[in-house]
Amino acid sequence: MARFQRSGKKKMPGISTASLPDIVFMLLFFFMVTTVMKEVTVMVRLRVPYATEIRKLENRSLVSYIYIGQPRSTEVYGTYPRIQLNDAFASKERIREFISAEREKMDENERPKMTVSLKVDNNVEMGIVTDVKQELRKASALKINYSSRQGDPFDNL
Amino acid sequence: MADIAFLLLIFFLVTTTMNTDSGLSRQLPPMPDEEVPEDDIKIRERNIFLVLVNKNDQLMVENELMDISDIREAAKEFIANPNNDPDLPAKTPLEVPYFGTREVTKNHVISIQTDNGTSYGAYIAVQNELVAAYNELRNELAMQRFGEKYTDMKGEADRPKKDAIEEIYPLAISEAEPKNIGGQ
Repeated sequence: MARFQRSGKKKMPGISTASLPDIVFMLLFFFMVTTVMKEVTVMVRLRVPYATEIRKLENRSLVSYIYIGQPRSTEVYGTYPRIQLNDAFASKERIREFISAEREKMDENERPKMTVSLKVDNNVEMGIVTDVKQELRKASALKINYSSRQGDPFDNL
Repeated sequence: MADIAFLLLIFFLVTTTMNTDSGLSRQLPPMPDEEVPEDDIKIRERNIFLVLVNKNDQLMVENELMDISDIREAAKEFIANPNNDPDLPAKTPLEVPYFGTREVTKNHVISIQTDNGTSYGAYIAVQNELVAAYNELRNELAMQRFGEKYTDMKGEADRPKKDAIEEIYPLAISEAEPKNIGGQ
């Protein structure tokens, strides 16, 4: 009759490292897929307003962003709302330059579909937003998107 | 092993949100030509729905003080003009696919004017209510005709239906020239 015998002491089998390359490759692929190459660091306080009728912005490559809000580091830049283009604060006169630079980056046939997403803080006054909108009209970047979150719009007030 | 790796890979691919951006999309009017005087385009008074927001975020709609929660109903009334009110936008017959000939308030315009001191949040709230008014009207119409909400119609197959509805209720929210109202 067969008998199972316990030979010697019980030993924990070591964790096999054979699968390590797989995991590493997997993570590599994961990061390669998910990383966005250049993400600007937002230098303004940004709480975009709530809205209910929002639509998703498709095709990231056609979207340029303009940030408006109170600077994060108030001791350096003060409390007055500022416009941020790319990685730096800019005056509104620079917007036209910024738009043409963004246009250059796109395919020629996709340029008319360019959208400017205005990421504006809830508490900013309309004056600066209107200025930016006028500049965008001058630059004929007419498709805009007021960035907002899903939520009750009456909370904005 | 490979199965597990693929499983995890797919899991991550599915679950990572690429922080999608969302918001209210708008089309700005092109800059007017210098030569053409602005008063050339006259829109009849009854076709304009004027919304003023002052620096205290108070609303004046059609020369009356209004609470922001009432603007949606007022806008719906204006856009659809269900009772053919002579003070509300004029209706013109229009041949629309799926619907036949319908009376449409084709030339109506909703104009929002803000003060420099109006808060952006209030502006977005007003914009949102106006879009909501359009969407409600469109949903009602789509429900009647197609048994499906306008906002639920997605994909290319529904495109002609959406176009027909948009022809009946065309979105006309004007990004007006800035003005200084309410005084600073």
